[in-house]
Amino acid sequence: MNTPFNFRLTKFPNEAEILRHEVREFLSDALMDVPKETRAETWYGADENFSRKVGQQGWIGLNWPKEHGGAGRSSMERYVILEEMLTAGAPVGAHWISDRQSGPLIIRYGTEKHQKELLPGILKGESYFCIGMSEPDSGSDLAALRTKAEKKGDIYLVNGTKLWTSGAHRCQYMIALFRTSQEEDRHGGFSQFIVDLSLPGVTIRPIIDLAGRHHFNEVIFEDVEVPEDMLIGTEGNGWNQVTAELALERSGPERYLSSYMLLQELVNEFSNKNDDEGVTEIGRQMSHLTTLRQMSVSVAGMLDQGENPALEASVVKDLGAVFEQELPNIAHRLMGLEPDSKGTDFQRYLAILTQISPSFSLRGGTREILRGIIARGLGLR
Amino acid sequence: MLNETSQLLSDSVEKIFSDHVTKDCIISAEKGEWPQSLWNEVIENGLNLVLVPENLGGVGGSWFDAGILFKAIGRYQAPIPLAENIVAGYLLGLGEVPFPENSVITLLDGELQLSDNKLSGVSNRTPFGNHSTHGVAIINDNNKSKLVLVQILDNSKSDDKNIALESRSNIEFKNVEVLHVIDVDFSSDLLLKIGALMRSCQIAGGLESLLDQSVRYANERIQFGRPIAKFQAIQQELAVLATHVAASGVAADYASSSMDNGEDELAIASAKSRVDDAISICASIAHQVHGAIGFTYEHGLHFSTRRLWSWRAEYGSGSYWAKILGEKAVSNGANNFWPSITSGKI
Repeated sequence: MNTPFNFRLTKFPNEAEILRHEVREFLSDALMDVPKETRAETWYGADENFSRKVGQQGWIGLNWPKEHGGAGRSSMERYVILEEMLTAGAPVGAHWISDRQSGPLIIRYGTEKHQKELLPGILKGESYFCIGMSEPDSGSDLAALRTKAEKKGDIYLVNGTKLWTSGAHRCQYMIALFRTSQEEDRHGGFSQFIVDLSLPGVTIRPIIDLAGRHHFNEVIFEDVEVPEDMLIGTEGNGWNQVTAELALERSGPERYLSSYMLLQELVNEFSNKNDDEGVTEIGRQMSHLTTLRQMSVSVAGMLDQGENPALEASVVKDLGAVFEQELPNIAHRLMGLEPDSKGTDFQRYLAILTQISPSFSLRGGTREILRGIIARGLGLR
Repeated sequence: MLNETSQLLSDSVEKIFSDHVTKDCIISAEKGEWPQSLWNEVIENGLNLVLVPENLGGVGGSWFDAGILFKAIGRYQAPIPLAENIVAGYLLGLGEVPFPENSVITLLDGELQLSDNKLSGVSNRTPFGNHSTHGVAIINDNNKSKLVLVQILDNSKSDDKNIALESRSNIEFKNVEVLHVIDVDFSSDLLLKIGALMRSCQIAGGLESLLDQSVRYANERIQFGRPIAKFQAIQQELAVLATHVAASGVAADYASSSMDNGEDELAIASAKSRVDDAISICASIAHQVHGAIGFTYEHGLHFSTRRLWSWRAEYGSGSYWAKILGEKAVSNGANNFWPSITSGKI
C-alpha cells in the first residue's frame, strides 16, 4: 500500500554549489543589458550571443562524456546551471533544446560521423536544433504523424509538414520523427533523422502566437533529399528513441520556473506594502516552488543514476505547469493592475506571462496526456 | 534506497500497523478505548525511542527515520500518540533525561508557569492527553527556557476530542511538582516547529491512504457495466490526486531530512503549507470518487479525511506557516528570494 512513485530526495554535491556561485557571477555580468520582457520569457527568449558566451564557459554539454567534448560532470551540476539561468531570466532559448536533448540523443544513438560533425557546434553554443514531432493531424496523438521518408537509393525522400516547431527559424538542424514504413503496430515504422534545414525543399513559415511573437513555425518538406546516413539510431525504432527523450524533456526546472520572474517581482512589490494577504500568498507559492524543486531535483538524481523516472517526470511536469499557470492569476488577484507591456516592471512581466501561460500545459505533452500516463502508473488503465 | 536503520524501522512499523491497526481497532479507539496491544507492540519494538540517543537506551535514529514512522501513523490512521512520544523522547534526550519506563508521554502546550519546580496552568487540546501518564513542556521563564517532565494526574484532564475522535484534553496543573527541570537553549518555538513537521509527515501519510483507497475503490466499483476506473473523467481526477500526494510526500521528506542537517527553516514551513493545500484538493477528489459510500461511517475513508481535517490546523495551519515564509521573503527582498530557496535558509 504505497504510491507508485519513487521520489527519493537528492542533495546537490558540493561541487554543484561551488558552480552555482560561478554561474551567478557570470550572469550578473552577462545579463546587464537584457530587457525585462526578454527575461520574463526565460527559455522562450533566445540570444545567440548569450548562447555563445555560455558555450565559452563550457556550460553547454556539461554532463556529456569527455570523449564527446563534454565536461563529464554530473547532471546535478547541469541542473544548477539551468535553474540559475532560468531564475535570472537568461535568454537560453537558442541552445536550450540542443543541450537538453539533441546532443544527448546524438551521443546515445548517433554514428561517429554525426558526433564528430555535430557535437562541437552545439558545445560552442553556435549550432541549434529543433524538435520535429507534432504535425497538423498529429498533436497529442503522435503516432498519427504522416510525414514520410521513403528510401530511394542512398537518400530518403521526405514529404510532409511539421507544426508548432519551436525556434526552427533560428536552427540549423531538426531532429525529426518520420514514418519510414507502415506497420501493424501503431508505434512501429517510425525513424528519427537529423535534417539540415538548409536542404532544398525545406520551407520554414512563421506562426505568430497570440502575444504577437514569432516562436513557432510550420516546417514544410517537399521532396527533400535527406542523405541516408542522417538517419539516427535504428530504422523503425523511432518511437522508442523518442519516448526515452521525453523523460529528459519533462522534469527539468523549465517545467516549473516559467513564471518565476513574476513571483520574484511580487516579492519586490510587497516589500513596501503592509499586506498580510499578499505576504501569505507569496509564502504559499514559496512552499509550492520549494516542493516542486525538490521533486524535480529528485528526478534529476534518478536520471543521473541511469534510472528511468518517466512517471515521476510526468508528475513534475503536470504540477509544475499548474504552478506556472496559476502565478499570473494570483498576481492579478493580489495587485489588480492591468497587464501592460509599457507599464511598470510588474506590469510588463504580467503582460508577457499572462499571455504565454496557456502554452505551459500544452508544450512537451498536454496536461491530459500527462494525467493519462499517471493514471496508467496508478493501474487505472 | 533506505539505510539499514531506516529500512528496519520501516519494515517494523509496517508489520505492526498492518497486524494491529484494524478497522475495529480504530473504531474502538474512537469510542475512547486505549489500544493497549498495539501500544505494547510499538513499545516492545522501541519505535517510541527512535530519536532517543543510544547512550540513553534509545535507537539514535535520524529525523528522516522519525519521518518514516510519522508517515506510517497517517497512512494507517494508527490511533496512538507515537509521534508525540517520539518527539517527547527527542526533547528529553536533549536534556539528557532517559525516557521514563511504562509511560505514555504527551506534549504540553499553553499558558504554563513554573515556580519552585511546581507547574501551574492549562495545557490546551493536548494530543492523547486522556491516555497520557506524563507530559513534557518547554517553559519560557524570564527569557530562559526550561524543559519540564511532569506526571499527569487522572482527575486533571478533560475528555475533549478532535473531529477524528482523537483525545485532545485540556489538562490543568495546580502546583504540580515536576519530575525533571532542565535549563535548555531552545524556546517553546521549537515545539511548534517540530509539531508542524510531525503533523506534515502524518498528513503526507494520510494522503497516501486516500490515494490507495480511491484507486482500489475505482477498480472495484462497477457502473455502466465497467469499473469506474475505466472512465477518463475518473482517471484524470485520480491523477490529480496522485500528483498532490506525491508532492506532499516530498515536502514531508524534505522537512524531516532538513532537521537532520539543521537547515529546516524553509523546509518545515513549506511542508505544512504545501500539505495543507494538498488536503483541500485530495480529500475532495477522494470523496467524490467514492460517492455516497465514502460518506458513511461504515466505510473507512473518513478515518483518513477526518484526521487530515483536524491535523491541518494543529501546530500552525498552512496559512500560518505561509505567512511566516512570506514575511521573511519580503523582508529579505527580491534579490535574495531565489538564494533562499536554494540554500533552504530564509
